[in-house]
Amino acid sequence: MDYKLTDEELALKKMYNEFFREEMKKAPLKTLKGGLEGSYSSDEVWEFTKYMRKKLVEKGWYVQHWPKEYGGRDAPLNEQMIFNESLAYFGAPGIDGFGVGMFGPTLMLYATEEQKKRLLLPIGKGEVQYCQGWSEPNAGSDLASLNTLAIKDGEYYVVNGQKIWITGGHRADHMFLLARTNPAEKRGRGLSVFNVDLFWPGIEIRPIKYMNGAHIYNEVFFTDCRIHESERIGPENQGWAITRDTMNFERSGAGAFARARRELEHVLEYVKTTKRNGKYLWEDPLVRQKLGKLYSEMEAGRAMAYKVAWLQRVGNLRFSPAVASEGKVFSTELMQRIADFAIEIMGLPGNLEDLESAPLQGAMIGSYQTIIGSIICAGSNEIQRNIIAWVGCGLPRLKGQG
Amino acid sequence: MDLDFSSEQTMLRDSAAKFFANECNYEEVKHIEETDQGYSPKLWQKIAELGWTGLLFPENYGGYGGSFLDLVIIFEEIGKACFPSPFFSTIVQCGLLILEGGTEEQKNDLLSRIADGSLIMSLAQYEAETDYTYESITMKAEQKGDAYVLNGTKMFAMDANIADKLIVAAHAGAAGLSLFLVDADHPGVSITKLPYVSAENACEVIFKDVEVGSNDMIGAPGDGASLLDKMYDKAAVAKAAEMSGGCERAIGLTAKYARERVQYGNPIGGYQAIQHFMSNMLIAADTCSNYLYKVACMIDEGDDFSRDASGLKAVANEAYRFVTERAVKIHGGIGTTREADIALFYRRAHPFSMMCGSTAYHYEKVAQSLLKDGLGAF
Repeated sequence: MDYKLTDEELALKKMYNEFFREEMKKAPLKTLKGGLEGSYSSDEVWEFTKYMRKKLVEKGWYVQHWPKEYGGRDAPLNEQMIFNESLAYFGAPGIDGFGVGMFGPTLMLYATEEQKKRLLLPIGKGEVQYCQGWSEPNAGSDLASLNTLAIKDGEYYVVNGQKIWITGGHRADHMFLLARTNPAEKRGRGLSVFNVDLFWPGIEIRPIKYMNGAHIYNEVFFTDCRIHESERIGPENQGWAITRDTMNFERSGAGAFARARRELEHVLEYVKTTKRNGKYLWEDPLVRQKLGKLYSEMEAGRAMAYKVAWLQRVGNLRFSPAVASEGKVFSTELMQRIADFAIEIMGLPGNLEDLESAPLQGAMIGSYQTIIGSIICAGSNEIQRNIIAWVGCGLPRLKGQG
Repeated sequence: MDLDFSSEQTMLRDSAAKFFANECNYEEVKHIEETDQGYSPKLWQKIAELGWTGLLFPENYGGYGGSFLDLVIIFEEIGKACFPSPFFSTIVQCGLLILEGGTEEQKNDLLSRIADGSLIMSLAQYEAETDYTYESITMKAEQKGDAYVLNGTKMFAMDANIADKLIVAAHAGAAGLSLFLVDADHPGVSITKLPYVSAENACEVIFKDVEVGSNDMIGAPGDGASLLDKMYDKAAVAKAAEMSGGCERAIGLTAKYARERVQYGNPIGGYQAIQHFMSNMLIAADTCSNYLYKVACMIDEGDDFSRDASGLKAVANEAYRFVTERAVKIHGGIGTTREADIALFYRRAHPFSMMCGSTAYHYEKVAQSLLKDGLGAF
């Protein structure tokens, strides 16, 4: 057993770090507000996101872990993890997590050759931005209960329904949609996956303002929207099995701990340089206790994320997916604890938002507001805990538990 | 990067697990706990024959030259079995002190006898008013010609009641804290086993005019603090391994109980209140065990691991305390009884946490290190 990176991997890491360190000097102040999801909010940051995407494509890093035929270089998973850590550490936007991280790998598994050519290549070249069309007002954690209908009419499906919590929907040009193609069937049976061009007729996107005022989420309404059958991914009514795979791509979460590390570095600098009542914050033993605890938890979580990446690399993750859910729960809640701690020791100034002179320029009060969204999204941490109990502890799944 | 165990390490783990399943189940553990000796001389000889007592020492001192990760594997299994023995006090605390600070003669003599199972040792360090640091140790070693004379009382010397030799921390005049090697049957030494929550052999040791030759020291006069620091960094990782193994087993026992215990017509493990308890327990255990392996690899690779040893021990303290408390709760009334296996784990939570330094002690160490050196290069 060893955790060492090879000389080659170390050289890659150095290269990524230098690249992001330099490029992020050009980032608008708001880039780090609200984590990477915040990149959808302001026009300024979205422009920077597109700039970074172009750079990453030029460097050949945008989809480097993809197979060569789809524009990647078959980069090994651990190299991809190193890249993700560097990206997250510097808080760099640019990657379309929905297209590159979720829909692309789904297409590789389930799309026809024609679809792969038409849909995968533009994702790999950074020419499109995807969003995820899953949640509905009455289908949140219980996603399989969704009832947006896609009814066959000749060569077309006619789609009617409402999708919600569509992160970045207003910046996206495409969506991967999960809709019910067989209304006679319940839950996971009778669902299908579609590729949707958001500029087609019958689609309306409305903003939902996040609590901090940011425009991250949207509602998307489908009214008699006609989708050609060539846009259906995989067999009709098999959408639930496909979607479960989509949920499971790229789960190491090592990047989250790299971000937590960066935040702790900033907090450490803050407590070393900030005085309250004539004393530096670090002189307070309670501050030191919590700092020591958060560092230790960050390192423990990172070691576990490496284990997930390792299991994924050697092909065992499908057999022990609980640990990936553990990583999601632990990393998001750790970042919440970091934000809470930082704001608490900042005192009243910790509540200042979006101000150059605010403590850490308001990054912690920004994180405080957005991390709760991460705790809820992508399978809420309570749903993850169910999975951990079932899969990790072998506890029974009672009727009605999903 | 390679996060799998070697096939030899997998065999080591399997053989340890098999040994405890065959030779020391929880009934046997409870039986040993009731004895004055608090350990089984028969099982001690058997683990010596299996090579565990010499695992960590170089071959020229009668050991097997194993890696620290090998030792971690043994400790995880010890933690799962709640095995009562002087393994930690003798091999880790005293063995590492001798390995680091002993003369060739001491190493040849003492380590080879530890390795073959014929020597049990105890570290007498704590006093009634000391914490985990050494500044407040008051015991003095008065110089008398070429010898030193020890007077005073040590507390929580683990396994002193069954030890052949003690290592005693005392101040040698201006030289400062020093480590003395004392025979446990010296007439000036009196040892009393204390009633201790984990039923481990926690002892009070009173020294009355105990004369120690200047040859019978570990390290030079004044080396005590640095030798103890070095030892405790590694010892904290070993204890964390015992706790990490304990977490894993406590979760396994509890999951089994939750699958079998039926209330309101369902196994209680089907209810979300229990499921979310258990998923939090598993998260605590898995973050701890992965950190453990990482720090053990840092030791084996010669990296600076002191900060992460502290981080790990604190994480292990919190995990073990949390996991064992929830484990008893999920067991319900039966979990609170003397006969319940799970109570063995619960009773160990506080003494294990305080061994090698409490949670707060280690978080302080981590913070001091961060303030001094930063987080290091990303």
